[in-house]
Amino acid sequence: MPVGEKVIFEYSRPGRGARDQWPQETPAAALSDLPAKLRRTRAPELPEVGELEVVRHFTRLSQLNFSIDTHFYPLGSCTMKYNPKACNQYAMLPEFLARHPLAPESHGQGLLACLYELQEMLKAVSGMEGVALSPMAGAQGEFAGVAMIRAYHRARGDLKRNEIIVPEAAHGTNPATATMCGCAVREIPVDREGDIDIEALKGAVGPQTAGIMLTNPSTLGVFERRIAEVARIVHDAGGLLYYDGANLNAILGMVRPGDMGFDVIHMNLHKTFSTPHGGGGPGAGAVGVGARLLPFLPIPVVGRDGECYRWLTEADLPQSIGRLSAFMGNAGVLLRAYIYMRMLGRDGMRQVGEYATLNANYLLRRLQDAGFDAAYPQRRASHEFIVTLKRQARDLNVTAMDFAKRLLDYGFHAPTTYFPLLVPECLLIEPTETETKDTLDAFVTAMIQIEKEAQQEPARVTTAPHTMPVRRLDDVRAARQLDLTWKPTAQP
Amino acid sequence: MSNVPADLRYTKSHEWVRDLGDGTVEIGITDHAQHELGDLVFVEVPGAGRTVKADEPCAVVESVKAASDVYAPIAGEITAGNPKLAGEPEVVNADPYGEGWLMRLKPSPGALAAAALLSAAEYQKVLDTEGG
Amino acid sequence: MAFIPHTEADVAAMLAAIGVARIEDLFDEVPAELRVKSLAGVPEALNEMEIGRLMSARARSDGIALSFLGAGAYEHHIPAAVWAITTRGEFYSAYTPYQAEASQGTLQLVYEFQSMIARLTGMEVANASMYDGASATAEAALMAVRANRKSKSARILVPLTLHPHYRRVAVAIAANQGVKFEELPYGAQEGITLPDALARYDKEDITALLVPYPNFFGRLEDVDALTDWAHARGILVIAVVNPTALALLKPPGEWGARGADIAVGEGQPLGVPLSSGGPYFGFMTTRMEYVRQMPGRIVGRTLDAAGKDGFTLTLQAREQHIRRAKATSNICTNQGLAVTAATIYLSLLGPQGLTRTAAAAHARARELVAALTRTPGVRPAFAGPYFHEAVLQLDRPVAPVLRALAGRGILGGLDLAGYYPELGNALLVCATETKTSADIDRYRSAMSEALQSVRAA
Repeated sequence: MPVGEKVIFEYSRPGRGARDQWPQETPAAALSDLPAKLRRTRAPELPEVGELEVVRHFTRLSQLNFSIDTHFYPLGSCTMKYNPKACNQYAMLPEFLARHPLAPESHGQGLLACLYELQEMLKAVSGMEGVALSPMAGAQGEFAGVAMIRAYHRARGDLKRNEIIVPEAAHGTNPATATMCGCAVREIPVDREGDIDIEALKGAVGPQTAGIMLTNPSTLGVFERRIAEVARIVHDAGGLLYYDGANLNAILGMVRPGDMGFDVIHMNLHKTFSTPHGGGGPGAGAVGVGARLLPFLPIPVVGRDGECYRWLTEADLPQSIGRLSAFMGNAGVLLRAYIYMRMLGRDGMRQVGEYATLNANYLLRRLQDAGFDAAYPQRRASHEFIVTLKRQARDLNVTAMDFAKRLLDYGFHAPTTYFPLLVPECLLIEPTETETKDTLDAFVTAMIQIEKEAQQEPARVTTAPHTMPVRRLDDVRAARQLDLTWKPTAQP
Repeated sequence: MSNVPADLRYTKSHEWVRDLGDGTVEIGITDHAQHELGDLVFVEVPGAGRTVKADEPCAVVESVKAASDVYAPIAGEITAGNPKLAGEPEVVNADPYGEGWLMRLKPSPGALAAAALLSAAEYQKVLDTEGG
Repeated sequence: MAFIPHTEADVAAMLAAIGVARIEDLFDEVPAELRVKSLAGVPEALNEMEIGRLMSARARSDGIALSFLGAGAYEHHIPAAVWAITTRGEFYSAYTPYQAEASQGTLQLVYEFQSMIARLTGMEVANASMYDGASATAEAALMAVRANRKSKSARILVPLTLHPHYRRVAVAIAANQGVKFEELPYGAQEGITLPDALARYDKEDITALLVPYPNFFGRLEDVDALTDWAHARGILVIAVVNPTALALLKPPGEWGARGADIAVGEGQPLGVPLSSGGPYFGFMTTRMEYVRQMPGRIVGRTLDAAGKDGFTLTLQAREQHIRRAKATSNICTNQGLAVTAATIYLSLLGPQGLTRTAAAAHARARELVAALTRTPGVRPAFAGPYFHEAVLQLDRPVAPVLRALAGRGILGGLDLAGYYPELGNALLVCATETKTSADIDRYRSAMSEALQSVRAA
């Protein structure tokens, strides 16, 4: 791999530029109406570089990354499956790219047809009555979901229901979202088998319960077997059930959250429906609701009047929790999800669930056979599973972090580490359905190799990675000596 | 095994309290706490003159992996926040019971006596059950 | 089977290793009554050729019109290199850079982005992006409530000249946390916020003031006066800005005596196509003293174990995956690909290119307004300078005029009737460097015809 790149400002030379990209110069007279006190006095300090320099710089930067296109990426809870090129190509047709969000609906029936059909397909796979596409990420979808639950209770005059129950193993966005919605958070434990502690749940529900946020399979990688009972307990207490769709890949086409008793769900289109992760987004967190919450969906939603599609807004949904996006969310991402779902089709959805689960269980079995400890050995893996390295940490002084860094040297992106917080020294491993058996076998071989190194030559593991563009980074220094923007005379 | 000086009092949330003998107390986080947090990157202490209630969060200690609130063990008025920590948060790791003090406080009348602070032995028991 | 590579031999070997007879057996923990019978609502699979035909047909039916729409999303020339590089697999299919050593490309790019956007806005530090300008505005309001220690009220002043959708999003996102938004009226002749609108808040406990620049009408608020008024009262100033405009106009860091406290805006004009409203990205910049209150990811430069420069996510303790219920926000995924495009765009344009783009946009907008207001029945709504968009008043309802224009292949602008009924028959029009004089003339001529046809109807 290339060893590294200077920061682009360091290539800057006064007067350089990609002149082919500049409009013609405007005579000063055309700017005469802008008052001097509102004008910039110096040009903005952006780098001055030519076009080839820019292309070379960013191409070389891209080559410093691991990505799904280049490496196996078994990040648990992230669903790093292949991002089909067709999704990108057809979502980026010029007409779709050129369309202004406020262009009249008459000029967007093609796009609206895609989005409407996407809503319908998402309803079908989730078992919900209504879907809204505008939340721009899973976390915004969660926000919408909890906000809708809160709106529902308030609309019924039940103002005391302000508490959201969250299992202790939940993803950090769940309690953060509850707080953003003005709710209190109550955590309940999971039992040793990885299921919710039913007795603790019974003790936690009451007239203050707005709802519970769950994912199924859970963040521990196992199916919540007593979900019907959980649903009954929460519903009987007057609360609603929210489904965090991060793990939908495990059950896609096999089980529908609506059938499990969930009242509202968000789906991560950038996970289950293969829209690109893009180095940190953009995602899309579509939400689905049962009948009770239909009036509260965030706007806009695509509606149909006979043959015509149109946007439903505040006038159509007066009880909506409101608008979460300046326009209608991440349309380009939604198109990619639409194309993916059309290519999967009815049978393909089920195959995703089947093969994601097959790959995870196979990988789990091979790792167990190689001597690694599963966190829940008596349970089936869902689409992901947890291996705990606490024995290795204790006996060999080699941690999950060390394994993760050494895996990079073997050409694999590390699994998720230290999440869920509940399991010490854990690796949360999600292969996804688009990987071959050979890739999984190679991963097992690497893990076996690393454990051998940990026994015989531990420094090789504890100081890994060795072959990446950088060695292990000092994140304490990064937080203590904040260097967040480039400065001309900056010295490390 | 973390250090638990015998002459201090403690809370379940891993703060220590030292009676300065002049009507004020000094407060910090324990050796166990600093070890759990890891290298501190940032500490925020309350300003002098601020009144706090018992169990009110009044300081923040932040490491790379965690950011924790520090709770006032006793009600009272803050007389000082440790000025050294803004520039050198690592002092809390190096010397949690000495130079790494977080704040000084003048307890409200009767608050010190009423506060259910733990002795060193009782705090050690808390650590033992937590596995620290 | 879409994208699933397994052969029958693979499956047999894998099942044997696991010790089950069929894939079905791996779902034995799932109660049978929960199993889906059929996904009736999902059609049969299409192969790539078939979906390609369908999407092409739909795109063709939508077509591309000559557009003079602005209102928060702006058409600019996007150099070919921007998306050629952004859609490289190494950027496109990479994850959030949590494993820093395997993500130096993304991390360094974001550091460069942070540097550029901080400079453009005249502020000290930036985050790695938020979802869009509207949600960034909401997050800035929440941040101001955290950061302004002197104010307890959580009251935020919002000019009615701020984009109507931004105002609604701010309420939808922040109201649940006790933030109260209070609207400021604008001058009917001027189209900006006037000092007397602020007068009644002179002695009130206010946490922050939002200042759009340009505002929704394209007009330029008196940013220095507004900033100084706020700072004299301990009120934080949140600038909501257009990034292209900042190549020509005074950046928020230089407003008033001390500069704005937080600057946010929509980054779409910087190399991101209109694409029906998203994905865009919100940018957020601030002073160093508030950096720990800023939500979202932040990249920092540091050293590796061998003393070499490297980049990593930092200040993560504020974020959801660590702080959980006490996080600054619940934001996790942001808008990485859009930021990638913007960084490449800014690098290609540089200071001269961006300045020329802003200048050309302004010149075209003036030309458009001049051309359209030569037509009887069309006049400017407000007096005073504007940047790249302006409000026109027509002597008849706007909606039928726009329909007539659309029939001639022109999207004439945004009808403001639903948003600002007090403005009467108001039309928001925009022109950027992408419009030629011939385009403008075509609009002028079509407007003339449209007005006549609506009158005749």
